[in-house]
Formats: sequence, C-alpha cells, structure tokens
Amino acid sequence: MTAAAGTPEAGSILAQLEAYQERSRTVFRLKFIAVWVVLIGALLGALWATGNIDLAFIAEWGPFILGGASLTILLSVVSIIFATLLAIVGAIGRLSRNAYINGVASLYVSLVRGTPLIVQIFFIYFGLPQLGIVLPSIPAGIIALSFNYGAYMTEIFRAGIQAVPPGQREAAQSLGMPERQVMGRIVLPQAFRIVIPAIGNDFVAMIKDSALVSTIAVQELLWRAGQVGTQNFRSLEALLIAAAVYWILTIVFSAFQERLEKRMARGDR
Amino acid sequence: MTGATMSGEPLRHPVKAPHLGEPVLRALGIEKYYRRNHVLRGMDVEVRRGEAVMLIGRSGSGKTTFLRCVNFLEEPTMGSIEIDGVRVEADPLHARSRAHQEQIRQIRIRSGMVFQEFNLFPHMSVLANLIEAPTRVLGVSHAEAVERAEGYLGKVGLAEKRDEYPARLSGGQKQRVAIARALCMEPKVLLFDEPTSALDPELIGEVLNVMEGLAHEGSTMIVVTHELHFAREAADRVVFLEEGRIIEEGPPEKMLDSPEDDRTKQFLRRFLASPRASET
Repeated sequence: MTAAAGTPEAGSILAQLEAYQERSRTVFRLKFIAVWVVLIGALLGALWATGNIDLAFIAEWGPFILGGASLTILLSVVSIIFATLLAIVGAIGRLSRNAYINGVASLYVSLVRGTPLIVQIFFIYFGLPQLGIVLPSIPAGIIALSFNYGAYMTEIFRAGIQAVPPGQREAAQSLGMPERQVMGRIVLPQAFRIVIPAIGNDFVAMIKDSALVSTIAVQELLWRAGQVGTQNFRSLEALLIAAAVYWILTIVFSAFQERLEKRMARGDR
Repeated sequence: MTGATMSGEPLRHPVKAPHLGEPVLRALGIEKYYRRNHVLRGMDVEVRRGEAVMLIGRSGSGKTTFLRCVNFLEEPTMGSIEIDGVRVEADPLHARSRAHQEQIRQIRIRSGMVFQEFNLFPHMSVLANLIEAPTRVLGVSHAEAVERAEGYLGKVGLAEKRDEYPARLSGGQKQRVAIARALCMEPKVLLFDEPTSALDPELIGEVLNVMEGLAHEGSTMIVVTHELHFAREAADRVVFLEEGRIIEEGPPEKMLDSPEDDRTKQFLRRFLASPRASET
C-alpha cells in the first residue's frame, strides 16, 4: 500500500478514489433502504385507505398472536436438530455399499420427498391413531417436520460428504485409520462445514413450513392468527400480523446465518 | 541434520550401499488391470532396510499405480505385498471384506504415504494432524504423541508452525508437515508419490532437502519422482519403469549416466532435453 502511494500525486488520487467508493456505497445503501420504506409504506397506506383496518383489534390481539412465535421457533429449532441427525445417518446410508442399508435410506428419501408435507403431518396425527399410536399435536408436528426435512437434508449431507476431496479419505486410510474413524474424524467434520450454509437455508424454510402444523391444532403463530381472526371477523389484520412476524423471523435468522457463513469463510479452510 | 539441510547446503554421503539391512518390503508379482487395461505387468520389488528406491519413468508407466498398490489404495489384481513380516495377498474379489481390510490396515500402519497434493486435514491444526493417527490408531499417549510430533516437526524445520492451520502454510511447508505426519507413525517404509509435482519451482528445494536428509539418515523409502537430480543425490537404487514393467534398475550413477537399455536411454534423452515432454 505504501509502495503504491509512492508519489504525493498518486497518494492523493488513491485517497480520492477511496472516498468516492465509500460515498457510492453509502448512497447505494440509502437508496436501497428508501425503496423498502416507500414500498412498504405504500402498501400499508393503501390498506389503511380502504378504511377497513381495525387498529383496536391489532392492539388487543396482536400480543396474543405474537406469543405463538416462541412455539414456532421452538418447533423449528427442535425439528432442525432431529432432521440434521436423521440426515447424517441417512447420508451415510445413501452412500453405503451395503444394499440393505442403502435400500432403506433411499426408500426413506424417496417416500418423504415424493409426498406432500401436509399429507405426512395428517398421516402422523390423524392416520396413526387408527393403528393405536396416538401422539399429542406438538410431538406429532415435530416428528413430521423432522422426517420431512431429514430427507431433504440427507441429500444435502450426501453431496457434502462427496464434496470432501478423495485425497482426505486416502490420507486417513494410509495412516491406518479404520473406516469408522475415517468417516467420524476426517470426512464428516469437513462435510459439515460444507453443508452449514444449506442447513441455515433449511432452517429459515422450516420456520415458514412450521405454519402447516397449525392444521393439527398446534397453537403456534398461524393457528393463533387463524383463531382470533375468524372469531372476530378480522382475518386480514390477524394474517397481516402473522405474516409480519414470519417475515421478521426469517430476516433475523438469515442475517444470523450470513454472519456465520462469513465467519466460516474467514476461518482456516 | 536439520541445521545443515535447512540452510540449503548439500549433504554429501557418497557411500550408501553398505548400510543396507535385511529386506523390509517385498512386492511380488504385482499385476494391476483397470478393466481390460493392463497397467502393471508383474512388478517385483524388494526394498532393504535403509534403502532409498526411486521409481522413474514417463507418465502412464505405472509408477504411481505401483506405489498405490503397495499400501492398497489400489487393490492389485494379483500379487502380494509384505512389509515387516506382514504379508497380504491381493484379493480383488473380496477387497471389501472385513478380514482383508484389517490386513490392509496392518500394511498401512507399517508404511507412511506422502501424496502429491499433501492431503493435510484442513480442519485440524498442524499438531492435531500429527498426533491424530498415533493416538487413535497406535494408542500412543497424548503426551508422547505430542513429543513425537514436535520432534519430527523440528526435523522438517517447522517447529514454530505447530499451532497453525494448513491453509496458512505454503505448499512446501504443507508437504514438510505431511512428511512429519507420516514419520509420526514411525513406519517401516515411506512412500512418496511425486511429492514435489504440485509445488511452485522455488518451493521444491526445501522438500527435497528434507527427503534427502531422511534418505541419508537411513530411512527406508520408495519415491516416485521426476527429479532426476535428486535421485542422483539421494537414491540407493533407481528403477526405470515402462508399460508397467521394470525395464532396468541399478545404482543412480549407472542408471542416469550409463544405462544399458535403449528405452532408458531414450527416456533420459527426452527428459533432459525437456523434463515436461517426458510426462506427455
């Protein structure tokens, strides 16, 4: 840097250039924020202009609907953890040379990815009781979400494991490590780093898909909005609140994920 | 040894042959097919304790395949490998069987491989790379493994890098760490697969210096290399391969200065004219 700014003239040009670039970045950011504020304002303004928005309802029932967010987050967090565990097992199964293990893992992925999530939720909550398996709604919802996301994430983990360079496995093998150790100590930790961004994506998607368990009376965000909305004939306001909360949750977690990704990129890879 | 090699002064140990001990590695009748492609056509190689054997030959001659067959990264189609008394027959039909894999593991524990692409574990510090296998495979205590690792890191001149991650090392440093990692298992034989081919030219010397030091100290090794100058300095025996066969072998002076076989002569002529041309 000092060498580049060798002459006073070059130094002044560089300083001006830096100031200019900094200014353009700031201007871009301000314009960007302005677009969001204007568009959202216009949208809310238009709704207000119809004269149909009941602020008293929002003030009265808003906190109740908002209270569902904690259950939404709880469902998503617990389910993403189970889904990740399922996905690790599933991915190892999908890559297994054992035909039975590979067959079971592949059937799981195919079956779950080939049927709608809502059908899986209904199957577990309304279908299984006929076989004598009765589950409360929250565990049923967690099981359905975990199995569903586990299948999609199985494919992510499989790709992640395959993305670890073959030389890593060979180096581990040449050191005399048994297969279990090659996988557990060398391949999986590296695969995990590769798939962390994808897990983050799926977590954000899970927050939204968790709305589907409102159909089996899990009293999360959407269920609460639906209840108070229909009872008061104020569905528009109730759904607006729910949508806003989902949106804010995804923005917050996306930002969190972005930071995590940046930190990983900065790390030692 | 470290001081001399690290400062880049050439080591001279002109007499090498007399220190050789009993055979530690025997590869017998190694054949390798890839489908119908006959890559190795009956390789017999015996390496004695303290011997440095360099495999030369053009690309596709089977040097690397042979080396990978020695520790079963490739399962030979036929033949047997014996290292330090552990003998394993090639068994391509049951290559995945638990018993065969365990036999192979015994061969691998007794041999150390250094790869062209280093293959350090990027998620572990240098020290963790070095103690991983000794502690978990050999059952060496943590303290002893660390002590061993520090010793070998010093030997390759990288003692101060023990807490770095591989991404922060140069190519030459990575390869020296990879050599130290192999040494930490205290193998009976070291296998080098073109260890300098992935390096920038200015980094090749530091790796070759370390290897030359090991050779002169009496490490047993097989090296696949294109560095003929290095072979002359460090080899006890040079083996020339072509089309999966040993064409000619002997002491480096004889092999590089007055080879008998026309194919060896032609290879050397082309190689000396343009080292890269021999690879295509």
